[in-house]
Amino acid sequence: MTALLKISNLRKTFGGVTATDDVNLDVEQGELHAIIGPNGAGKTTLISQLSGGQRPDSGKVLFKGADITNRPGYARAGLGITRSFQITSLVMDMSVLDNVALAVQARDGHSFRFLRPARGIAHLRDTGRAMLDKVGLLDRADEPTAALSHGEHRQMEIAIALASDAELMLLDEPMAGLGPEESATMVEFLKSLKGERTILLIEHDMDAVFALADRISVLVYGRIIATGSPLEIRGNIDVQHAYLGEE
Amino acid sequence: MDYALLFIQTLNGLQLGLLLFLVASGLTLVFGILDFVNLAHGSLYMLGAFICASLTFLLGNFLVAVVVALPLTGVIGYLVERFIARPLYARDHLDHVLGTFGLILVLDTLTHLIWGPAGIAIPLPVWLDGQVNLFEGVVVPIYRLLIIVTGLATAAGLFWLVNYTRLGMLIRAGASNRTMVAALGIDIQTLFALVFALGAMLAGLAGMLIAPISEASIGMGNNIIITAFVVIIVGGIGSMKGAFIAALVIGLIDTLGRSYIDDAFKLFMPSDAAETSAPAVSAMLIYIIMAVILAVRPQGLFPPKVR
Amino acid sequence: MFLTKRSSRITLVVMALLLVMPVVFYNTGNEFYLDLATRLVILGIAAVSLNLVLGYGGLVSFGHAAYIGIGSYAVGIPVYHEFYGGFESVASTNGLFQIGLAVGLSALFALITGAISLRTKGVYFIMITMAFAQMVYYLFLSLDEYGGDDGLVIEMRSQLPLVDLDNPIELFLLCYVSLAISMLIVRTIIHSRFGMVLQGAKGNNERLITLGYNTYLYRLTAYVISGAMCGFAGALMGNFSSFISPEMMGWSRSGELMFMVILGGAATTMGPVFGSIAFILVEEVLSSLTIYWHLPFGLMLIGVVLFARGGLMGILRGKGD
Repeated sequence: MTALLKISNLRKTFGGVTATDDVNLDVEQGELHAIIGPNGAGKTTLISQLSGGQRPDSGKVLFKGADITNRPGYARAGLGITRSFQITSLVMDMSVLDNVALAVQARDGHSFRFLRPARGIAHLRDTGRAMLDKVGLLDRADEPTAALSHGEHRQMEIAIALASDAELMLLDEPMAGLGPEESATMVEFLKSLKGERTILLIEHDMDAVFALADRISVLVYGRIIATGSPLEIRGNIDVQHAYLGEE
Repeated sequence: MDYALLFIQTLNGLQLGLLLFLVASGLTLVFGILDFVNLAHGSLYMLGAFICASLTFLLGNFLVAVVVALPLTGVIGYLVERFIARPLYARDHLDHVLGTFGLILVLDTLTHLIWGPAGIAIPLPVWLDGQVNLFEGVVVPIYRLLIIVTGLATAAGLFWLVNYTRLGMLIRAGASNRTMVAALGIDIQTLFALVFALGAMLAGLAGMLIAPISEASIGMGNNIIITAFVVIIVGGIGSMKGAFIAALVIGLIDTLGRSYIDDAFKLFMPSDAAETSAPAVSAMLIYIIMAVILAVRPQGLFPPKVR
Repeated sequence: MFLTKRSSRITLVVMALLLVMPVVFYNTGNEFYLDLATRLVILGIAAVSLNLVLGYGGLVSFGHAAYIGIGSYAVGIPVYHEFYGGFESVASTNGLFQIGLAVGLSALFALITGAISLRTKGVYFIMITMAFAQMVYYLFLSLDEYGGDDGLVIEMRSQLPLVDLDNPIELFLLCYVSLAISMLIVRTIIHSRFGMVLQGAKGNNERLITLGYNTYLYRLTAYVISGAMCGFAGALMGNFSSFISPEMMGWSRSGELMFMVILGGAATTMGPVFGSIAFILVEEVLSSLTIYWHLPFGLMLIGVVLFARGGLMGILRGKGD
């Protein structure tokens, strides 16, 4: 296996607070790599630096060997990186299908096309529907996004990540705010993606993480204190301290 | 070069800059704390001038009139806050702009109804109406010096208010964290109304100060409001320090640009070409400077830290 | 997103009335109403162009009157030089040249100012577009050769093939057809893939960037298209009024255009047209009643903002609140 994503010496501070402190991390091709850590450990900040939402102060991010540290967000998507958001981020005043179709449209290259009605373009709609079908939202396709429940919004986030056909999916707490049943469905679904896509998963739900992850990294106060298989992490004294010290 | 003229023009630029600061500080205060865009801020400037004009004739003294007119413009500011701004806080900036645009029409027409269509000149007390010989060849109207002194004193007062008083602390806290202020048990509605009234008084004061020079007239606010916008855009919206520096810079550049750009152009182009292009360029100068600054720093020179 | 059946029927009726009534009025000796309709239709084009960025793009441009000014001076200045000499390279009464100039210069101005304004967000954008428009206002104010504050009489209307703009009916029909075409253009654009990106970025810009769209470029493109269309409306306005002055691009004019869009219903095909009809009619009625008509007018505008958020289209669809 080779590293699809290679993070080296990444550092980011916000006015004296170090959110990312010298992070080194390799995400191998095809693995599901989870990042866990107590609240405020800097998990979302880390994802943002990978997706281009924030620029690191120093350090490097390599994707497929190419330096993307300072590439703008939209360019990273073109290279094959997509993310979901911890706080649902969808276009609320568009339909469910429109949201997903926009993701399909994005991978066709630029959209400076002014004439044909986008809603009449079969492959955008069909691929969009197929993605909605995968997450079980096909029957809601034509509803306004705002009309869907929180759980369905989380599923939409995944459908959009799938539709963008990215090699690397950065998933920021896909289970946040889901009930037990919905969570179980989501775990099953993410399991079915294993091997197909490389996933960097941030999650608080430990059962889910240990059920899904090939490898786990533990982030505490912006530092990675351990990386290993679920079994190794479970037995790691430092990790236990970090969590026990926190709670 | 005529240094006496340069000195006088610099004083004029300083005067314009300080008046701009009075208008812009209210705008930036209201925007920074209430997140509210008040297009009608210029109408408050105009109302200040008209109220002061009437009071000058009623009370017989300009300075007394200013003292009485200030709280009155504050009350008008409070009413605007209560009936127009407050219902719009929860809306987006577009609605703020549209609502206060309607308010401009209303206030301008009311002014027309009350004071008539013509401008009103305000007589100055005799001791203010003269000129003073600062040094050899430099004669300055006393009143202009008064404007500059008042402007600087108000600026100093504002800095003291914002940085060293309880109200200022609340204002700063409110700008960065509304819920926190509310959690402290402060009546945020009253705080907002006070800030709005303060902004109105600052704009009104600027209108009162300029009125003896250029008279109180309908539409006077609609010209200065855009320049005040340029000031707070350049300074960083919500920043008092930014508004102060940008106001002085814009005031000086505008005044000096109008006086000296044709001379500057004559250095590198034929003099008739310079004379035709200079007015056009000096008319656009502050906007060009705004564009250049924004191209480099989209958030202005001193963007507030938390937004 | 699509017009409901009821509102599309109303659209057809209103557009038909807008075509037929002024012509009937004109032929029965009420020339005034044809003039009113022509002005209304021209402002309608400007409002439709503004709606592309304001309604569908969520970009609150408070400077669209500048394009009306640029467009009308692009007619007036060539005619001026044709009649009074000087500036040989632009002197012309050729309408195609003038319209080309109007559209080209407006697009260029939109490109330059848009490139700077779109780097900023929210309230900055509102104020900066306003400031740039004011810059154009002061520019023309300072140009004494073209009348400065006093404005400029256009000695001759644009010379165009097929239509004679000195004939009020033909001028009206040209404006009407232009309005219909602009509505069609905007409608086509917003349903296209480009339009989906533009509207998506209005709803959630961060999401669209994450999907891989450089939304800045899409917005800038929409802004340039909008500016060019509005410049075209300006060229028509110059021909209609035969007199141009900086006052046409004062910031209150930009505010009025915004109100037309919001009053009618932003992000709808017909909204801006409804808005300009309502705006012009109310203005006309009120100003015939009293010289203080800005007072009730202003109160009405405040009322619309406070109480009728969906605009007229919203009320038609039964979701105005």
